[in-house]
Amino acid sequence: MTRPPTGAPPLGAIDCDIHPAVPTTRALLPYFEPYWREHVLRRGLERENFEASAYPAAAPINGRPDWRLPSGPPGSTLPAMRSHVLDRWNPAFAICNVIHGAQVMHSEDLSLAFCRAINNWLAAEWLDRDPRLRASIVVPPHSADLAAEEIERMAPDRRFVQILMLAMTELPLGRRQTWPIYRAAEKHDLPVGIHAGSSFRHPPSAGGWGSLYLEDYVSYAQGFAAALTSLVSEGVFVKFPSLKVVLIESGVTWLPASLWRLDKTWRGVRAEVPWLEQVPTETVRNNVRLTLQPFDAPPDRAMLAKFMEQMGSDEMLLFSSDYPHWHYDGDEAIPPGLPADLVHKICVTNPLTTYKRLQETTP
Amino acid sequence: MNMTVLDRAPAREQASHLGFIDCDVHPYVKGPDDFDPFLSKRWLEHKKSIGGRSRQGLAKTSMYPRMSPGAGMRMDSWPKSGGHPGSDLPLMQEQLLDLFDVAYGLLAPLVGGGPGERNVEFGAAMATAVNEWQLAHWCDPDPRLLGAVQVNIEHEAAAIAEIERRAGDRRFCQVNIPPRGLEPLGRLRYRKILAACAANGFPVSLHLGGTSGHASTGGGWPSFYHEEHPSYVQTMETLVTSLVCEGVFEALPGLKIVLVEGGFAWMPALCWRLDKHWKRLRAESPSLTKAPSEYVREHIWVTTQPIEEPERPLDMLSVLEWIGPERVMFSTDYPHWDQDDPRYAFKVALPDDWKRAIYRDNAKALYHLD
Repeated sequence: MTRPPTGAPPLGAIDCDIHPAVPTTRALLPYFEPYWREHVLRRGLERENFEASAYPAAAPINGRPDWRLPSGPPGSTLPAMRSHVLDRWNPAFAICNVIHGAQVMHSEDLSLAFCRAINNWLAAEWLDRDPRLRASIVVPPHSADLAAEEIERMAPDRRFVQILMLAMTELPLGRRQTWPIYRAAEKHDLPVGIHAGSSFRHPPSAGGWGSLYLEDYVSYAQGFAAALTSLVSEGVFVKFPSLKVVLIESGVTWLPASLWRLDKTWRGVRAEVPWLEQVPTETVRNNVRLTLQPFDAPPDRAMLAKFMEQMGSDEMLLFSSDYPHWHYDGDEAIPPGLPADLVHKICVTNPLTTYKRLQETTP
Repeated sequence: MNMTVLDRAPAREQASHLGFIDCDVHPYVKGPDDFDPFLSKRWLEHKKSIGGRSRQGLAKTSMYPRMSPGAGMRMDSWPKSGGHPGSDLPLMQEQLLDLFDVAYGLLAPLVGGGPGERNVEFGAAMATAVNEWQLAHWCDPDPRLLGAVQVNIEHEAAAIAEIERRAGDRRFCQVNIPPRGLEPLGRLRYRKILAACAANGFPVSLHLGGTSGHASTGGGWPSFYHEEHPSYVQTMETLVTSLVCEGVFEALPGLKIVLVEGGFAWMPALCWRLDKHWKRLRAESPSLTKAPSEYVREHIWVTTQPIEEPERPLDMLSVLEWIGPERVMFSTDYPHWDQDDPRYAFKVALPDDWKRAIYRDNAKALYHLD
């Protein structure tokens, strides 16, 4: 094998966030249970486009120009994914995270039916066809019991290595109604991946609905900060101490300042959350990981080095290409300025430690 | 939590802290009738019968109860004469203005409910009443105290009229708008109000808190004050994002924004993120002629309390350097439970020139104070 190009992930890297896209609703039809297939057909839903508004495929940021396809949303064919990233960088594994309207539907039952179809489709159309691919279980995030049921159904397939949630849904993610998902996750040693995005049950902030997609996209980081605050405050990591949460496509540089604030609040008002016996930063370092792209780096290397020191851990970042989203050009998936040993941790060691199921089949 | 400072002598040896400008001081009412002299008969009757109508489930107190009596007050700030902390000028003088020889104290009245009132005509009347009350009870008796013009931004005509009425009155130094509005402040519907602030030389201060009726976070309503408190910061971040991305500062190059009580350590990372994603999505926001971070640097000021406390205290210096120490202004937040003492707020020693800027000169320049 030739040396990888500069900026490309090293050989054996594990790509913790790639996005296969459901090409059309019709493509899911073979993967519904019979009742739901007929239901979808009678309602004519196979003609509808269930793109999530958090990720409009046509927006420039959501499809790199040279990764767009002649037809269908970017990321919707395996041959293209192979030529764009899998065969080019040859990662040891790449974890498929599907963002789809299934995750935002109001009907818990329809949401589950679509999530099941997507998981079946992922196994058959992607995982069966390329041994490097792994996937996250798509679940109805607004329905913890049904989500837990789907986790139980999919967990025996060891190629599913994570449970996928959205950062912003109806209830803050730490709320106790959601705990059946975390219980199932811990039982099966599956990290919970929280992906950027919202089901838009609420405006992106308490300040209301902004005008621009740019504002929404930037504000996903605040959504993550709130989700993390909720998970910590409600005691999810006290109740499920071995649970790992991966913040996906969250950006990363917002984290230290956000934790400084949370730590200070905890010191002042911890009587309200007496189950929190350690400073939130420690909990986050133990239980939370973040994917690399889109890397919202400071403008110079000295500041980048300082940011890495502020993270206080070299175990928290996991490599992601975020294919096919457009955050960098060419092979520059690894941001410049990171020391080589850290790059190795980010690309190989940290993902293997986080996703224990990957260790079962490490080549 | 501060228990008492009354027995402490003023710290004369640390003269750099004295004579500072306090950018966040909270005056309170002695009783519910304090505003009545400033209301018309019509609104006085309305106040007594219907009263304020907020966008939350509790009528008389916060949905997120605070951790000390009086909705989060400093324990030693209850006046011996009775009444609520912050309601007694002599005690405020003793505990804050005289103790530290404060040059100016900028009032942030979180009382009256005018800015967030659902009945916007009543809201406008209450805002005007609170403005008159600030003058009568605080600014005139102690000229070190400077008022903030209250408005209800859902009543554009009344808000602009109130801003124009107070223009040129040096007892007011800024216009106060709640950061949690029905819509983000950058939206066109608020542009004329912001234009009136800029045209009349008023910076706009946004004091954290309040409720708009929208969930505190994009993911819904949190359970605890432990979450609500950090969520205020997230609101500040989306507010900055709105103002910058909507091109407010291109349209109003004279507009100056002051973020009060929102902390500031988050600002560098927000700027990096804004700049990064603007590169991809700039076609959506064609009015911007430069990177978002440049607008932040030119138009936004922050106050210090409650200052973030980095795990490694020296990181505070990098944060200040990244933001620019000329944009940071000291505040105590008297008499709230998490009030900062100017002697101990920073856990690191600041260079002398930064100290002068942060404690005094930045506010002096922004508000054109002597």
